Amino acid sequence: MTTTASESLRGEVTIRDLSKTFNINGRALNVLKGVNLHIRGGECLAIVGASGSGKTTLLRVLAGLEEADEGRVLIDGEPVHGVGTERAVIFQEPRLFPWRTVIENVAFPLEVRGLSRDEARRRARRYVQLVGLGDFIEAYPAQLSGGMAQRVGIARALAIQPEILLLDEPLGALDAMTKLTMQEELTRIWREEKVTMVIVTHDLEEAIYLADRVLVLPKDKGGRIREIEVNLPRPRNRSEGGFVKLREELLGEFGLH
Amino acid sequence: MALDIEQSYPLNNSPSKTGRLTSGQAGPASSTGALGRLVRGGVEGAVVRYGSIIALAILWQVSATAGWVNPAVIPPLDRIFDAVVNGPLWRDVTISLQRAGIAFAAAVALGIPLGLFMGEIRIVERALDPILQLLRQTSALALYPVFILLLGLGETSKVFVIFWATLFPILLATIGGVKQAEPKLIEMARVYGARRSHIFRSVVLPGALPQIFVGLRLSATTALLLLIAAEMIGANSGLGFQVMNAQYNFQIPLMFGAILLLAALGLAANAILETLQKRLCRWAPAKP
Repeated sequence: MTTTASESLRGEVTIRDLSKTFNINGRALNVLKGVNLHIRGGECLAIVGASGSGKTTLLRVLAGLEEADEGRVLIDGEPVHGVGTERAVIFQEPRLFPWRTVIENVAFPLEVRGLSRDEARRRARRYVQLVGLGDFIEAYPAQLSGGMAQRVGIARALAIQPEILLLDEPLGALDAMTKLTMQEELTRIWREEKVTMVIVTHDLEEAIYLADRVLVLPKDKGGRIREIEVNLPRPRNRSEGGFVKLREELLGEFGLH
Repeated sequence: MALDIEQSYPLNNSPSKTGRLTSGQAGPASSTGALGRLVRGGVEGAVVRYGSIIALAILWQVSATAGWVNPAVIPPLDRIFDAVVNGPLWRDVTISLQRAGIAFAAAVALGIPLGLFMGEIRIVERALDPILQLLRQTSALALYPVFILLLGLGETSKVFVIFWATLFPILLATIGGVKQAEPKLIEMARVYGARRSHIFRSVVLPGALPQIFVGLRLSATTALLLLIAAEMIGANSGLGFQVMNAQYNFQIPLMFGAILLLAALGLAANAILETLQKRLCRWAPAKP
């Protein structure tokens, strides 16, 4: 199989004039207004913003879990509606079936796609090993730590070989040490699997560590989306000068120092 | 690779090969000590678990034989066991088991599918809930005369009253289990393209299982309770009948024998369901 230039660019996302309003207790709440966005195929994009800026809603619209009121989402040039197998979501909580073992959890989306149990297990094994849980294949979620459980969630998302990985504060519930390890892991996985990664986070350092580009969603709806390029070599060093400077710049976006 | 193993909790049946040795140096020298500890631990466990019941049996036997209580009212245990082993009770056990068994099986066969259906289709549940609440709050025993009128004094009315009483715990537990299905898991399944039937099979049903077992165990207890009541009211066989009949005829050891057998049936039914639950819900934290 030959890899052509067009293939290496798969997982490209375009968002045009996206608006979303929620109805809360009879009052219309504008969450997203006229959002335009382009994500390159294979890019790692972080989206940050104050709470209420609509970053999670944006991700859920991308995932197909929420319908936009206006505007379009295009993936590889094609408009999409609802969920699709070229996208996978990693939530803040691992959302594992407590009655399934690690490998059975990872095999689940493959079973949904019609693979036999054995075939699904066979394919799932590779991804369990990819996230470093080879020794815990037959363990139940209750036997895992928070970080390990989240790895299972990541393996499950990767198992369907998505073009786009959507992560909604995936490390938000982990302790500080585990978080740092998992950030390294995510970088490694992103490089190995060559997927487009869109990560919503409230952790600015995490955004700079992981992403090629950091988007700052404005608090005022319809305002300009600020964009910061992270031109730092990987693996990144959190205390190196360029990193620190970017973090200051990003904090400045929020009026913080 | 940095693995956060130190935060994992390998259970006893964990297949993990990386389980840490926390019990110091387990070597050949300490293996006999470990065995000794295990045996002693087992004995200790048994004493704690069954000590009280053994003490009660001894107290019963001693007070009856020593004349602390009237042995005509509280006969010694050996006479009760004799009445059980050599008495007419085995035929009654079979009959009672048949009545309770058929009723329980029918309640399971109707209650679980109906409960799954009602729990999944909310409109059905909302429409039927008032009737369900009314029927549930009406004591099955109060309805027994009605069932006798409708179905006669034979086997059918007895089985039906037990069925009636056992149906509701199963039905309500199943509905509750289905309604409790974790929305976050359902959403996750939806992301991966699972359709409703698939979500029902792989998310809702397994999640409802522990709750369904709560209903089953409650129903099994209810079945035996209603069995005895039904057999006391209008029967000429069965353990419930024997309890009453033996008392009328002052066959006190036989009466206690029938009571003990009923207790044994209850324990056995619970043990069977518990084993089944452990087998099917291995993943769930144990429920009492």
